[in-house]
Amino acid sequence: MVAPDTGAGGVFDLLWLVIALPLLGAFLLLGVAPFLQGSLKASADRHGHLVGTAAAAASFVLSLVLFIALLGRGAEERQIGQHLWTWFETGTISVGMDLLYDQLAALFLLLITGVGSLIHVYAIGYMEHDVRRRRFFGYLNLFVAAMLTLILSANFVGLFLGWEGVGLASYLLIGFWQHKPSAAAAAKKAFVINRVGDIGLSLAIALLFATYGTTDFAGVSEHAADASQDTLTALGLLLLLGACGKSAQVPLQAWLLDAMEGPTPVSALIHAATMVTAGVYLVVRSNFIFELAPIAQTAVVVVATVTLLWGAVLGCAKDDIKKALAGSTMSQIGYMMLAAGLGPVGYPFAIFHLLTHGFFKANMFLGAGSVMHGMDDDVDMRHYGGLNKAMPVTFLTFAMGYLAIIGFPGFSGFWSKDRIIESALADNLLVGVLAMLGAGITAFYMTRLMLMTFFTEKRWAKDVHPHESPKVMTIPLMVLAALSVLGGVLLAGDWIVTWLEPVTGHAEHYEPPLPALVITLLITAVVAVGVATAWFLVGKRDVPREAPREVSFATRAARADLYGDAINDAVVVRPGASLVGGLTTFDRVGVDGAVEGGSSAVGGISTTMRRLQNGFVRSYALSVLAGALLVVLALLAVNLA
Amino acid sequence: MTEYVVLSAILFTIGCVGVLTRRNALVVFMCVELMLNACNLAFVAFAKQHGNLDGQITAFFVMVVAAAEVVIGLAIIMTIFRTRRSASVDDASLLKY
Repeated sequence: MVAPDTGAGGVFDLLWLVIALPLLGAFLLLGVAPFLQGSLKASADRHGHLVGTAAAAASFVLSLVLFIALLGRGAEERQIGQHLWTWFETGTISVGMDLLYDQLAALFLLLITGVGSLIHVYAIGYMEHDVRRRRFFGYLNLFVAAMLTLILSANFVGLFLGWEGVGLASYLLIGFWQHKPSAAAAAKKAFVINRVGDIGLSLAIALLFATYGTTDFAGVSEHAADASQDTLTALGLLLLLGACGKSAQVPLQAWLLDAMEGPTPVSALIHAATMVTAGVYLVVRSNFIFELAPIAQTAVVVVATVTLLWGAVLGCAKDDIKKALAGSTMSQIGYMMLAAGLGPVGYPFAIFHLLTHGFFKANMFLGAGSVMHGMDDDVDMRHYGGLNKAMPVTFLTFAMGYLAIIGFPGFSGFWSKDRIIESALADNLLVGVLAMLGAGITAFYMTRLMLMTFFTEKRWAKDVHPHESPKVMTIPLMVLAALSVLGGVLLAGDWIVTWLEPVTGHAEHYEPPLPALVITLLITAVVAVGVATAWFLVGKRDVPREAPREVSFATRAARADLYGDAINDAVVVRPGASLVGGLTTFDRVGVDGAVEGGSSAVGGISTTMRRLQNGFVRSYALSVLAGALLVVLALLAVNLA
Repeated sequence: MTEYVVLSAILFTIGCVGVLTRRNALVVFMCVELMLNACNLAFVAFAKQHGNLDGQITAFFVMVVAAAEVVIGLAIIMTIFRTRRSASVDDASLLKY
C-alpha cells in the first residue's frame, strides 16, 4: 500500500460528509428530538423516520459521486487521504482523525450506504406501528455512521472507534424491543461476546503502537517486515480474535443466532449485510500483516472452515426462519474468511462474496421480515407453507436471493462462491473439499427453508391471513433481488480483482488441481444433490406443525446450536463463576477472618482485662505495689546476674 | 547508719500496709505521708553516707511535693465527705468498668 495522496481536492474534500450526514441524523433523532416540546415533539415522532432515511440516502448519493470520481482517476491515484484533525498526541505517538478512501473503502461505502438506505426505506413500513420508530431510525443512523467510520478510518485507532460504535448500535438494536426479556438477554450476550473479540483487537493495537509506533495503515504496511516473526504472528492472531468476535466465527459465534431477537431490518442490515462482515474487512485491510504471518493465516483458514460448516449445520435444524438465515450468514461469512485466509489470491473474492452476500442476504432477511409481517410476527416455518400464492412479490424476490445463495449458475452467489472454492482447492485439497461440502449443505437448508415457507401445504395458525406487504417494503426487496441476480457483473473481466489489486497485493497465478470448468460443474453437482435431498426429505413429505421430538442425536445437537452455549458455559462461564466463588470465599473466610478474628480477640481479652478496673482505690494501690516489686526484682535480677 | 535505713524500711512498710488495709481516707492519707517521710529518711541517711547533697535536696523536693499533695488531697476528701457523708475510700468506687 502506498501512502495516500492527501488533499486531493474536488469532490474528495467532501469525504467526511459521508460519515457526518448519518451522524447528524442520529444526533437530530436521538439528541435533539427528545427535548422538543408539544406539537414539535409529536411532529418529530411522526416524521423522524424521514430524516433518518434522508440522511442515509444522502450519504449513499455522496458515496456514489465519490465512487464515480474515483473511477475517473488513474489506478495509481486511487488512494485518497483526508486529515481532519489530530485526535491525540502523546510523546512520540500521534493519532490523527484521518480518513482513507481507496478501492476497498469505496466498495464498502457503496454497500453500506446503498443497502443501508434500502433497509431504511423498508423499515419505514416494517416499523410503522412501533411507537418508538423515531428512536429506531436514530439508532440505525448511528450504526451507519459508526460503520462508515470503521471503513473510512486510515488507522487502527479510528477503526476501533467505529468498531465499538457498531457494537454499541448493534446492542441497542438487538435489544430494541426491550420489553421482551429474551431480547434484552440477547443484546447483553452479543455485547459481552463482542467484548472478548474487542480485547483481541485492542491488544493488537497496543502491540502495533509498541512495535511500529503508529497505527496508520500506510505506516504499518511500509514497515511491516521490520517486526519479528513472533510479533507478526501474535498480531495476526489477535486481529483474528477481534474478527471472530465481530463476524461470529467459531469460537465466538454464539451471539449471532440470539441476535435475531432484534427487529428484522436490523437483522438484515447489521447481522447479515454489513456489521458482521467487519471481521472480513479487518483481515483484508490488515493483509500486510497476514502476508508475513503464515501461522495466523492458517488459523484464519481453520477458523473459517470450521465456521462455514458449523453455521451450515445450524441452518439445517432451525425452524425459526430468521435463525436459519442467521446460521446461513455465519456459514457465508466463513466462506469470506476462508478466502481472506488464502492471501492475495483470495482477498478480492472475499470482498466479492461479501458484496454479493450483502445483496442476497439482505434481500432474504427483508423477505423473511415481509413474511413475518404477513403472518402476524410468527417466525416458525412449521406454521408457514404455501405462501407463494399469498405473497407473490415476496416469494419472487426471495427466490432470487435463494438462487443466488445456493449458487445457481448465473446468479451472483454462483460467481463468488465458485471462485472461493476454486482458490481453496488450489491452496489445500481438504479445505476445498470441505468448502464444497458446505455449498451442498447450504443448498439443502436453503431449499428446506424455501419449501417450508413458500411451498408444501398450508399450516397456518387460525386467524392468520397472509397478505402482501406494502410497496414501501416490496420495492427495496425488488431492488435487492435485482442486485442478487446481477451482482456477478463485478467479476466480469476480473474487474474486481484488478480493482482491488493495489490494496490487497498482486496474486501469483495459481493452478487448481482440476480445470476450472470441472470444478464449477462439480460444485453445481454438489449443490444439485443438496437441493434434491431437501426435496425428498422436506418437499415430498408432510411437514408436521410441531417439531418432532424423537430425532437423531445430530438433529438435537444442531437444534441446540451444536452446544455452543454449553461449551461457552463449560469453558468460560462456569470456571469463571467458580473462580469468583473461590475468591469470594477466600475474601470472606481468609481476609475477613483474619481481620475480624484479630478484632474479636482484642475485644475478648479487653473484656476480661477491664474487670481489673473495679473502682476500689486500694486494689489499685496493690497493683502499684506489685508493679513496684516487679521492677525492684527485675533490677535486682539484672544487677546480680 | 544501718539503723537509719532499717527505721526507714519499717516506717515505709507500716505506711504501705496502712494504705492497703485501712478504709478511712484520712488514715490512708497519713500512711502515704508516712511512706514519703520514710523515703526522706533514707535519702538523707544515704546522703550523709556518701557525703554529698543530692539526697538532701531530693528530700526537700519530696517535702514540697508532699505539701502540695496534701493541699489537693485534703480538698478532695473534704468534698467527697460533704456529698457522701463518708470518708471511706471503698465507698468512692463508681469510676470503674
